[in-house]
Amino acid sequence: MSKTTITAPAGVPFVDMEREFVAPAALVHRAYLEPELVTQWLGPRKYEMVLDKWDARAGGQYRYVHRNADGEFAFHGVFHSMDMDNMVQTFEFEGVPGHVSLDQLVIEDLGGGRSRIRSHSVFQSVADRDAMVEAGMGDGVEDGYNRLDELLEKLGAPVGASR
Amino acid sequence: MSVDQLSTVFGALADPTRRAILARLAEGDLAVRDLAAPFPMSQPAISRHLKVLEGAGLISRSRRATARLSHLEAEPLREATTWLARYQAYWDERFDQLDELLAQLQRRPQPGAASTRTKAKKAKKARKKEGRTQR
Repeated sequence: MSKTTITAPAGVPFVDMEREFVAPAALVHRAYLEPELVTQWLGPRKYEMVLDKWDARAGGQYRYVHRNADGEFAFHGVFHSMDMDNMVQTFEFEGVPGHVSLDQLVIEDLGGGRSRIRSHSVFQSVADRDAMVEAGMGDGVEDGYNRLDELLEKLGAPVGASR
Repeated sequence: MSVDQLSTVFGALADPTRRAILARLAEGDLAVRDLAAPFPMSQPAISRHLKVLEGAGLISRSRRATARLSHLEAEPLREATTWLARYQAYWDERFDQLDELLAQLQRRPQPGAASTRTKAKKAKKARKKEGRTQR
């Protein structure tokens, strides 16, 4: 069961996400600020995560690359605010240059060593949202998804025929 | 399909036995005893898996004579391949990794295995702090 709640309303170029963590907000904030920590979680498991730049302060830039034998996916942007209650950055997948999203992330402390992050991304258009998200995913999806692909492939012909 | 339903579909697909059941149903409708035959588990265990698949809308069940037949429903599988499903899978993986990292950091608040660069930075920070308190 997924622990991440994602909402992508039809007709508006937004994506909202919510997720809770068993850690105080200050620690989650550190995991977003410190390059040594960022490299440990912001890359797909099957890819090498190269953190080119991660200058986590207002006006600072970031760039990272997911790389494996099949190729690489690079992303970059600018941090506008890194306050825990208003982390704002631009985000661009280099495979689709010129299409930029504006992401806001809020880290809330829930007390008792728990916290919640909420993010709101604004894309340039609905089409941009759907296309950019899909392009940016590349092959960098979890094992479960790849297994689903295999299953669908296996199911493909008979399912198509019966419906 | 809502994201909640999508989560249910992914949850149902997370189990290898259930994926194998779906693959068998792709060839035609089957009763529980026929579905259970190739698996090293009891019919009640298979029935529990079928209940999960039914809850996710991945199969439907109908009664024919005395047997209850399971039928593969393909639509939820198709919808699970949309960009939203990919997006969900992408961020789930990252946040699971963040979960692990946060747990690790809390077990060892002063990581002894930090890189020399981190140590150097920490030392610099500590020196700065000292400087401030001296002033």
